[in-house]
Amino acid sequence: MGTKIKLEDMNVYFGNNRAVKDVSIDFHENMVTAIIGPSGCGKSTVLRAMNRMHDMIPSARVTGKIIFDNGDIYDRNVDPVAIRRRIGMVFQKPNPFPAMSIYDNVIAGYKLVGRLKRQDADETVEESLKRVALWDEVKDRLKKSAMELSGGQQQRLCIARTIAVKPEVILMDEPCSALDPIATAKIEELVNELKEQYTVAIVTHNMQQAARVSDYTAFLYLGELIEFDKTGKIFTNPEKKHTEDYITGRFG
Amino acid sequence: MPASSESGRNMKNDNCAIEAGAGSIVETGSSLQKMKKMLNGDFIFKGITVFFAFSIILILLLMLFEMTSQSLPSIRKFGWDFIYSSQWDAVTEEFGALPFIFGSVVSSILALLLATPLSVGAAIFLTEITPRKIGGIISSLVELLAAIPSVIYGLWGVLVMAPWLQRTVQPFLIEHFGSLPFFQGAPYGVSMLAAVLILMIMVIPIITSITKEILMAVPQSQREAAIALGATRWEMIRMAVLPYGRSGILGSVILGLGRAIGETMAVTMVIGNTPQISLSLLNPAYTMPSVIANEFAETTSDMHASALMEIGLILLAVTLIINIIARFLVWSVTRGESRGGMIQ
Amino acid sequence: MTGVKLRKAKNVLMTLLMLAATAAILFPLVIIFAHIVKMGFSSISLDFFLHIPKPTGETGGGMANGMLGSLVLIGMASAIGLPIGIFGAIYLSEYGGGRISKVIRFAADVLNGIPSIITGMVAYTLIVVPMKGFSAFAGAVALALIMTPIVLRTAEEQLKLVPNSLREASLALGVPLWRTTFKVTLRSAMTGVMTGVLLAVARIAGETAPLLFTALGNMFWSKKLTEPIAAMPLQIFNFAISPYEDWHRLAWAGALVLVTLMFTISLATRYFSRQKY
Repeated sequence: MGTKIKLEDMNVYFGNNRAVKDVSIDFHENMVTAIIGPSGCGKSTVLRAMNRMHDMIPSARVTGKIIFDNGDIYDRNVDPVAIRRRIGMVFQKPNPFPAMSIYDNVIAGYKLVGRLKRQDADETVEESLKRVALWDEVKDRLKKSAMELSGGQQQRLCIARTIAVKPEVILMDEPCSALDPIATAKIEELVNELKEQYTVAIVTHNMQQAARVSDYTAFLYLGELIEFDKTGKIFTNPEKKHTEDYITGRFG
Repeated sequence: MPASSESGRNMKNDNCAIEAGAGSIVETGSSLQKMKKMLNGDFIFKGITVFFAFSIILILLLMLFEMTSQSLPSIRKFGWDFIYSSQWDAVTEEFGALPFIFGSVVSSILALLLATPLSVGAAIFLTEITPRKIGGIISSLVELLAAIPSVIYGLWGVLVMAPWLQRTVQPFLIEHFGSLPFFQGAPYGVSMLAAVLILMIMVIPIITSITKEILMAVPQSQREAAIALGATRWEMIRMAVLPYGRSGILGSVILGLGRAIGETMAVTMVIGNTPQISLSLLNPAYTMPSVIANEFAETTSDMHASALMEIGLILLAVTLIINIIARFLVWSVTRGESRGGMIQ
Repeated sequence: MTGVKLRKAKNVLMTLLMLAATAAILFPLVIIFAHIVKMGFSSISLDFFLHIPKPTGETGGGMANGMLGSLVLIGMASAIGLPIGIFGAIYLSEYGGGRISKVIRFAADVLNGIPSIITGMVAYTLIVVPMKGFSAFAGAVALALIMTPIVLRTAEEQLKLVPNSLREASLALGVPLWRTTFKVTLRSAMTGVMTGVLLAVARIAGETAPLLFTALGNMFWSKKLTEPIAAMPLQIFNFAISPYEDWHRLAWAGALVLVTLMFTISLATRYFSRQKY
């Protein structure tokens, strides 16, 4: 299995504060890689570096490399706008656009580039919603506001919106933490299916979720990568004592 | 948080202990009296505050009552014709408010049409594009504009802007666009055009500052959603920020409209004060507040005064309705969540 | 790739347009301020502050009576508006809650939105007509009608900011509510309340319309509060629309003084509110 996207000695600074220290992780193609660790240890920061979301913060600085498609995404010549098309993100709290219908939310990414032909739009909407198992629930009310959906449905809508633009990598930042257990289970099932087509990186503070859903796991503590390995190994026979302590609940 | 009567009761016991010495409830007689005194103090105090608070409602009702009752003679005499008639003759005591309504409405709406794109554009620039510090400084400057009294705008308007219009802009408009009905007539300087421009300048700070607040109330997660889809900054603004805030922005525009209609001094000084209805921006005009300002101190008859009162009543009703609508629109957006703002 | 280039170009274009809009709205500020300074500065002299206006056509003179008149009017208006506003605010924040408070707040907001000329008309009906004459008192009432709701709302907001723990600490010591309110709550909110009051004062200092048929204005010093009285904004208005160059110069000078006052108050309040937090 090849590497789809790779972090090489990545550091993230906020002003003088070094939040992420020399992290190197290989995200394998068509695999789900979980990033776990106690709160505030930099998991989300690592994830957000991968689609250059930190560009939004004036005091943020990223050093090191993130290799994707044979190039460093932080290279001068790389356009972050283009990168985000290929590396999509789903956020912790579902954030559909309230001023748009369900239908328009799904193709929101296309609205940026111009107009989709009606038929193409219909197809994209149906296909994306089917992939996230939302189609049957909303097919009769596509033109209604996205805010009428439940939390779990909204999050699936956001995932549909993300995959509608056909990215290669999907970054998920604690996608289930704002959802109830049933909705969470549905999303976890979805993540399992998504990896057939995409490479998934998921940040979670729920260890059991990481164990259920991922193929590889990275354990981060205070901004440093402590251990990275196949999920099975991390959870049954980790190399580092620190990892073992976290897994067995001795802290965090 | 109000003090409920329960805590009042609790206080009694504490007072007992403090007044009468630690640990003993001695001399219940005088302590009781002291308690009564304190209770009375609170009672009186509450009474005072209630009195003053309620007086606000009374003041409002009194104002509405006075305006209405003083207008009644005029209302009874002219009825609905008051709104449709263009006659304003103090000698024959024939009064009609149409020219003033026309002047107010046209000058305000045109001013808003010009001001809104500039204000919203600037608000977007200050919230989404400039770094917080610079945005803050420029916003402070814009607020200084809002603090300038109307009469000073009028002073500048009548002594600087109107002559400039008369010398430069109006002859230009007449020469090049004189065929259009909007630019016909002689260059007076003081004119509908001058009023529109001065109102535009005065209304811009309001729309800008409220729109800024609206934009800052858009949650950051909305912006992030658009950015994550690969939007450029303008696309993010257009897709995630503006639609979210659109009812609030509309509210700020309507609030500006209310302000423009009620604007008195600056308009009076530059509009020319001629009660006529004309399509041409170059002609002088008259607004509701202006005619009141000019004529109320020296009315020639009771009917004259009543007619002016009725104009005041119309003005009051219009601004009240506009303000209520506007506040509702603004409130519906700003009661939301976390603040957001500029991105790189 | 041209698709992306086009989008980026659009982004740049819109950014430039927004920048232009911002420059456009700052432009009048610069121009107006420049004119006020240029035209007003030359007329500022000791005379300006000490003398009343000269009759038409004569050079010299000042706006001393207007300045004094404004002070008098502001003082009287505050005497009426501050108690109502502050006590009303205390009611809303300490005893309030429930429908009545909502009505009071709504009434205050409505009053805030009323064009100031209407307060002049009402003061005329209520004061000028029964007194059979224009007076400083009528002008003060008109100004108080504007000032009161502003003070009420800002004071209420400031009082609400005082944390409950302060009130409770005082009450738990057996201090009665009324004393608590004055010595603890109000004192704690004092900077904010003062800021609100200053802003309200700045607002009425520049108001002209309500004075047009209440205080009326006066070319000379007023001797009694039941007489018409001069006020700076009134004088600026009358001088500006007059045909006399000298009076125009006085108007500019008055504008400079007024604007300087406004800006100072604005900056001062900004400085003080920043200090608190």
